Amino acid sequence: MTLLAVDNLTVTYPSRQGPQSVVRNVSFTLGRERLGIVGESGSGKSQTGRAILGLTPLPGRATADRLEFDGIDLRAASPRDWRALRGARMSMVMQDPKFSLNPVMTIGRQLAEAARRVASGRADARDRAVAMLEAVQIRDPARVMAAYPHELSGGMGQRAMIAMMLITEPDLLIADEPTSALDVTVQIEVLRILDDLVTQRGMGLIFISHDLRLVSSFCDRVLVMYAGRVVEELRAADLAQAQHPYTRGLMGCLPRIDADQRPLPTLQRDEAWAR
Amino acid sequence: MTDTASGEGRHGALPALLWKIIKIFASVALTFLGLLLVTFLIGRVVPVDPVLAVVGDRASQSVYDRVFIELGLDKPLYEQFWIYLQKILSGDLGTSFLTKKPIVEDIARVFPATLELATVAIIIGTAFGIPLGVLAAVRQGKLSDQIVRVVGLIGYSAPIFWLGLLGLLIFYARLHWVAGPGRIDISYEYAITPRTGLMLWDSAMQGQWDAFRNALSHIILPAALLGYYSLAYISRMTRSFMLAELAQEYIITARVKGVAEWRIIWVHALRNAAVPLVTVIALSYAGLLEGSVLTETVFAWPGLGQYLTNSLQNADMNAVLGGTLVIGAIFVGLNLLSDLLYTLLDPRVRRR
Repeated sequence: MTLLAVDNLTVTYPSRQGPQSVVRNVSFTLGRERLGIVGESGSGKSQTGRAILGLTPLPGRATADRLEFDGIDLRAASPRDWRALRGARMSMVMQDPKFSLNPVMTIGRQLAEAARRVASGRADARDRAVAMLEAVQIRDPARVMAAYPHELSGGMGQRAMIAMMLITEPDLLIADEPTSALDVTVQIEVLRILDDLVTQRGMGLIFISHDLRLVSSFCDRVLVMYAGRVVEELRAADLAQAQHPYTRGLMGCLPRIDADQRPLPTLQRDEAWAR
Repeated sequence: MTDTASGEGRHGALPALLWKIIKIFASVALTFLGLLLVTFLIGRVVPVDPVLAVVGDRASQSVYDRVFIELGLDKPLYEQFWIYLQKILSGDLGTSFLTKKPIVEDIARVFPATLELATVAIIIGTAFGIPLGVLAAVRQGKLSDQIVRVVGLIGYSAPIFWLGLLGLLIFYARLHWVAGPGRIDISYEYAITPRTGLMLWDSAMQGQWDAFRNALSHIILPAALLGYYSLAYISRMTRSFMLAELAQEYIITARVKGVAEWRIIWVHALRNAAVPLVTVIALSYAGLLEGSVLTETVFAWPGLGQYLTNSLQNADMNAVLGGTLVIGAIFVGLNLLSDLLYTLLDPRVRRR
């Protein structure tokens, strides 16, 4: 079953040299599965995620031949439609809880704001918030509810963020580098929590990362983006059989613990890939 | 992280709080001492001979010498400062040569007029300035943004006495919407007993509603003008603080959560922008409390600005220094207040 269908998505920003496209003709479909999008900085992976949520910052513009979420044409969605969809049916976990949480609001209030979409009242919203914090394995939800974002560690903050985004049980979650700002040890924990919740709830997940190895172990399918284009789409298990020289180049640059690769190869780029 | 912090708070809550209060008082005392030193030194370096101011320029040399010693001017400077300090701390700012009354009494008489005007003005400036600034930020680059900017620019650059005269001409002389110069009509002046010296407050407290209405119609025009002036500044700062906040990641989070746009603007962004805004408003208020000479002159408002200008023109140094000290103290006080509000509004600075 198709949850999300994207056809020829293009995101364009005006610039002095004329319009610049940061995402170019990206097409893919997503069921209730995990899709990884990998690419280097500026490859357009985050812009793709934001365009799906209708959050392309002005003066940018996102256009597509088809942008459908569960049969709803997102291109024709009014601001009211978007508000009804966002949070409730599709949401996004961002990179760094230090910036993505409101610094002057307690976690509890920020959670309740999301919970109110589905809760019957204030008390119910609070109960749901506590339950959700427990679901992301926060042991003392009462304290975290009363805490301000700066009082939490990065891992705790990101769990709170995940709780906030999943509290309405959306059908689609976009995770934009959800663990890049965290310590390596914490990364694994947060990923496991995300993994469990996504599996339990049967959501569609778009996992955006620059970490090829992480994506291939975590996702069912992988899109490799370069300069705003999808250069290769393949099953995560088949990553070793990648055809595109960029993907192969990326793979070649990964250091291996059992092989002495000196010097580590650098990534070779070809102008033609960007065209 | 927070475990240890709250644990600390539980064991050492009182000493920590006490320590904080001591620190605040120490810094205020130090600032005030510096302020006193400055006013003292100004009094010594201005080319106004304090002896001549007392004895007049026809006194004989022997009288001059006697007063010179009486005023303690023969003593070393640090000793003079010490005497000055003792006098100030006992509430003695000296006597005005002009009104022949203690400066403290004079200031107590003129300051409420300025306080009342400044307070009404800052309320007007904030109540209109913040919404206009928010509007301009939300509609950045659109027509309403341009209008707010032009309105602000006029408030900032038009001479206030000119606007004042124009306002008097239109709203008082032609339309009779407001009362003219002065704080209150003479017929009401003795109907209310001055307690605080704030006309609006005193008349309301004594149930003199006619007098209250009259005082209000006197204050509204000068207060609106001064308020317009601070509105210009407050709306501009609000706009830029709001633009900075609206570009933050947590705004995207709120959008992703499906939070209504008005809530994103007025709750999420403004609540964060309010933190630096507190300082802006406090400093505007402090500026207004100095007394605005031009406005007070145009509206025959017997406030601090008028008093100080008058004193300055008559070389009444005691009055000028006393007034400077009061203004300095207001600045220190308002800075302290905005620091305290800062801590209240921003949870991140509470622990520091």
